[in-house]
Amino acid sequence: MRECPYAMSYRNDPYDPKQVALLDPAALDEAVADATKAFTEATDPDALTALRSVHLGDRSPVSLARREIGALPPAAKSDAGKRVNEARRAIETAYADRAEVLEREQAERVLVEERVDVTLPYDRRPRGARHPLSTLMESISDLFVGMGYEVAEGPEVDLEWVNFDALNIPADHPARGLMDTFHIAPEGSGLVLRTHTSTVQTRTMLSRKPPIYVIVPGRVYRTDEIDATHSPVFHQAEGLVVDKGITMAHLRGTLDHFARAMFGPEAKTRWRPHYFPFTEPSAEFDVWFPEHRDGPQWVEWGGCGMVNPRVLRACGVDPEVYSGFAFGMGIDRTLMVRHGVSDIRHLFEGDVRFSRALGTGA
Amino acid sequence: MRVSVSWLREYVDLPADLPVGDLEQALVDLGIEVESAVDLAETVTGRLVVGEVREIEELTGFKKPIRFCRVDVGDANGTGEPQEIVCGARNFAVGDRVVVILPGGVLPGGFAIGARKTYGHNSAGMICSAKELGLGDDHSGIIVLGPDVTAKPGDDARPVVGLDDVVLDLEITPDRGYALSLRGLARELSHAFEVPLRDPALVPAPSGTEAPAYPVEVRDTVGCDRFTARLVRGVDPNAPTPAWMQQRLVTAGIRSISLPVDITNYVMLELGQPMHAFDADRIAGTLVVRRAEAGEKLTTLDGVNRVLTADDMVICDAGLPNALAGEGAGVPISLAAVMGGETSEVVADTTNVLFEAAHWDPAMVGRTARRHKLFSEAAKRWERGVDPAVALVALERAVRLLTEHGGGSASAEILDIDHVRPRSPIILPVDLPTRRIGVEYPPARVVALLEQVGCTVAQGADRLSEDLGTVGAGATLSVTPPTWRPDLTDPADLVEEVVRLDGYDRVPSVLPTAPPGRGLTPRQRRRRAVAGSLAERGYVEVLAHPFVSPGLADLLGLPADDPRRPAVRLANPLSEEEPLLRTTLLGPLLGILKRNLGRGHRDLALYEIGAVFHPRVGAGSPPAMGVDRRPTDVEFAAADAVVPAQPVHVAAVLSGDLDPAGWWGAGRPAGWADAIEAARDVLDAAGVLGDRVEVRAAEYAPWHPGRCAELLVDGSVVGHAGELHPLVVAALELPRRTCAMELDLDALPAAGVTPAPAVSGFPPALIDVALVVDDSVPAEQVRRALEAGAGELLEDVRLFDVYSGAQLGASRRSLAYKLTFRAPDRTLTVEEAVAARDAAVAVAAERLGATLRGA
Repeated sequence: MRECPYAMSYRNDPYDPKQVALLDPAALDEAVADATKAFTEATDPDALTALRSVHLGDRSPVSLARREIGALPPAAKSDAGKRVNEARRAIETAYADRAEVLEREQAERVLVEERVDVTLPYDRRPRGARHPLSTLMESISDLFVGMGYEVAEGPEVDLEWVNFDALNIPADHPARGLMDTFHIAPEGSGLVLRTHTSTVQTRTMLSRKPPIYVIVPGRVYRTDEIDATHSPVFHQAEGLVVDKGITMAHLRGTLDHFARAMFGPEAKTRWRPHYFPFTEPSAEFDVWFPEHRDGPQWVEWGGCGMVNPRVLRACGVDPEVYSGFAFGMGIDRTLMVRHGVSDIRHLFEGDVRFSRALGTGA
Repeated sequence: MRVSVSWLREYVDLPADLPVGDLEQALVDLGIEVESAVDLAETVTGRLVVGEVREIEELTGFKKPIRFCRVDVGDANGTGEPQEIVCGARNFAVGDRVVVILPGGVLPGGFAIGARKTYGHNSAGMICSAKELGLGDDHSGIIVLGPDVTAKPGDDARPVVGLDDVVLDLEITPDRGYALSLRGLARELSHAFEVPLRDPALVPAPSGTEAPAYPVEVRDTVGCDRFTARLVRGVDPNAPTPAWMQQRLVTAGIRSISLPVDITNYVMLELGQPMHAFDADRIAGTLVVRRAEAGEKLTTLDGVNRVLTADDMVICDAGLPNALAGEGAGVPISLAAVMGGETSEVVADTTNVLFEAAHWDPAMVGRTARRHKLFSEAAKRWERGVDPAVALVALERAVRLLTEHGGGSASAEILDIDHVRPRSPIILPVDLPTRRIGVEYPPARVVALLEQVGCTVAQGADRLSEDLGTVGAGATLSVTPPTWRPDLTDPADLVEEVVRLDGYDRVPSVLPTAPPGRGLTPRQRRRRAVAGSLAERGYVEVLAHPFVSPGLADLLGLPADDPRRPAVRLANPLSEEEPLLRTTLLGPLLGILKRNLGRGHRDLALYEIGAVFHPRVGAGSPPAMGVDRRPTDVEFAAADAVVPAQPVHVAAVLSGDLDPAGWWGAGRPAGWADAIEAARDVLDAAGVLGDRVEVRAAEYAPWHPGRCAELLVDGSVVGHAGELHPLVVAALELPRRTCAMELDLDALPAAGVTPAPAVSGFPPALIDVALVVDDSVPAEQVRRALEAGAGELLEDVRLFDVYSGAQLGASRRSLAYKLTFRAPDRTLTVEEAVAARDAAVAVAAERLGATLRGA
């Protein structure tokens, strides 16, 4: 910037505007040019702000020039005022333009400077999980609740009568011997750890009147030594329907629907005649699982059949009026097949890695 | 049951080129599970040929005797020269014909045969034992072919040793004893392939004679409703069991013992009738069939000396005196239907054989087998039901086989004590199968299928076979099941036969329409909400086994009278170490915590939701209830009262950091407050609102007495939370300051309907107040006092600082609260807010001696 050669309050004489150097158009143009150049050279808003008083402040050329106007003859005032105002507007515009540019640049620079590594691991809260068996039991329950069923429950330690006798498994029946049962001490307690969720069939029929549509997910027990495929504690889901006119075709329709929900739209069931004391006729059923990790195949899934009229009778349901079906399947096995779990021990050891990995998608 | 297809073909004309897969599928469709179907021809690959031993050179100087043999294998080895083979067996001589596998062959189990130098000689191939060929467990020596074998050296040995067969391993369901026989399986297959059956039970057999074959007295006709016997005298004790019979027994997994015993087993496999062979010369007097006296003893064939109970049936020798059972009762020589005794068994020099074929009460046999843990092939069949009509046929078959292969002559006398009662027919509405299955079965089809099974079907008094056209849709059939199907007792059993034979694959798929349901119960929803809330807060759900050790109560430091000490005990635990069921979730849950620590996890927050078990002390046994009718409500309630209480608890355990350390800074160790917070979160998720919940200090095992809170809902304790007792932590070898909480979810009252708050849009007035109290005063009480004093304008009380220091004086602390006041209808003035604050402080001062800090 060029130093101003004139002192403030200097009075021009003989009042010729052309002789007042500050009002000289060339000087004003130069002031504008100086200011514009200075603004352009400012590289940040703070530097620009500092230049504002130099070029637009009280002691800036345009301000000093404006002061001189009052001393001009009236005829010259208007012309000189116009020139000064134009110059000042030009400087202000230059300032504003530059300010906008610099502010924009700074805003952009801040965004760049404030950049962080968004791939830093963000695991500041501990990761919890549901157990995959729990979520699977809940999704099975939800499926059947959606069909109008209710979720029924019963005790894990139950009466032998409920677990066996009422289900047409009398004391000397070989089927009772086949189920490796935990008995409750002392001998003759009449209590067992339930060997199947079918106990809840008994209890449900004793406690409510048909129509009965229930699903029973739950924990069951057999005296199997622990190995890769056996656990003394495992889980079943049992369905029971007792209503007028229920047929085995209804059982198949229900199982097919269930299979598709668990194993995908291509899933279907296949029945093999089998024997269960509490159903007659009885079948074991397999499910076609297209996404099995070893390729599409039939997988053994559970047992089913028409509720044996003897069971209905023992539970106070008239078999002449009502018929029903029941089915049961292993939840642990379902989980293992669906997710390719090779060792049932993973389900009960409680290693947090297992639940965390599987706990949400079952 | 293991059985070869070639044997089955003797009774049923299966298609000639039946693929194994089709046979398997047919059996599965009949309800017979196929454990395995092995085509034996494929189990041995390469050249397996008949060889004739030409020379044997005994090699000495080795640990065991070894033979170097030259075996003629014809042209099978390509040279015609004898094959040189080193062999460790010694049960053969020059001239014997043996089974040789040549180099390049592979035996079962992937055992490849080559030529190699061994014991100083070249050995090219192997002379095989039955075990090596997968034909049985006999490894006592190599197979020496009998004189009846016509194959010459070099011939394929597979047909000679039965390796051209298919062996089925079948799993028979417990209702179908008849399928544990060739006869039964052949019948089933005849249904599947619609081919004729040659029922081996239809061969003519002579009836019982007036004079008995041997004196027998049946004293209990419930336990034994049929007893038949016949004697064969003058049998050659050295007569071997024919190879084909041995082969079939071995395939079935039955050891060959002696010709008479093998015959009883063979007939059992063929007809399903278990039999027994006595040495007639080792019985002194009349055979008495009776219940045992409790305490009587018998040494069974397996060499075990057994003490009998009054429920066991025994066959006794009345020729032997018995002080315990009385005159003429005799001494037990056989545990009826289950296993024979040592004293009367057929032995090496037996010449007079008494065959017995009886019919025993299945329930009795089942009890006896279980009591004595004797699950013999015979017991298995009895338990599942044996045809009572086949005894005489079995006897005839056994006698013929013995006289044919062992000589001797059968007695003309045949004993038959028959108390079998005829079966009564089952009444079956002909449309019942259609109504139960949902498939339209025409009446004629129902009748035809039942007759195929062997039932006699009548309408009224008319046999139907000839005139099915007369059966109308509403007809009622009178169906008499065949003698070999004791499992058919109810109309439903007949329905199953119809759908089974007609095909399960014909049952259509129809979804039933359930009536509108009510969704999950509040209790079920609550459990889900609690589980989800803990998982969201970083806890990992586990499912522990509920078995615990008796020492756990001590480790947890439970007082002697703690209600968690009495536990439900298993009569037959898997591990004697852990015979009890948990009364608290903490034991098993801490075990899982330790397992995780052992696997290198450090920061752990685990939870479980599950039942605990509290015995009904002194409840006794439940009353006996039948099944012919529903028990009355009173009867069932009395029984149900015996069932242990099994409330569902939720528990959580914590160790290490709850908030993990990371690039943002240090972690935060889990502490007592986190355990209490988890418990409060559970109550929150369970819908039990804050003002119903009270937390107060408690001393309760296994928690640290100074760091244990009990949680109350509506004034009742529902659980505890805090840091575990240092002694418990030490005893269980847990990390220091392990924390835990446990709540009884079933003890929580219903959530109820929560009234909505009035949300005011006016601004709040915030006033901080620091109160100095004695440090024995719980913060909870200060909060309650402030709430009580502040009145309705108080919206929130928040403790934001706890301070103790010398300037407050010993045993004093300052609690700083932020009080939020707000009115529903106006902006509060400063005066109003200050007045409310003063009122709050006044109550705290009055109740707890609190003073304003700095006042």
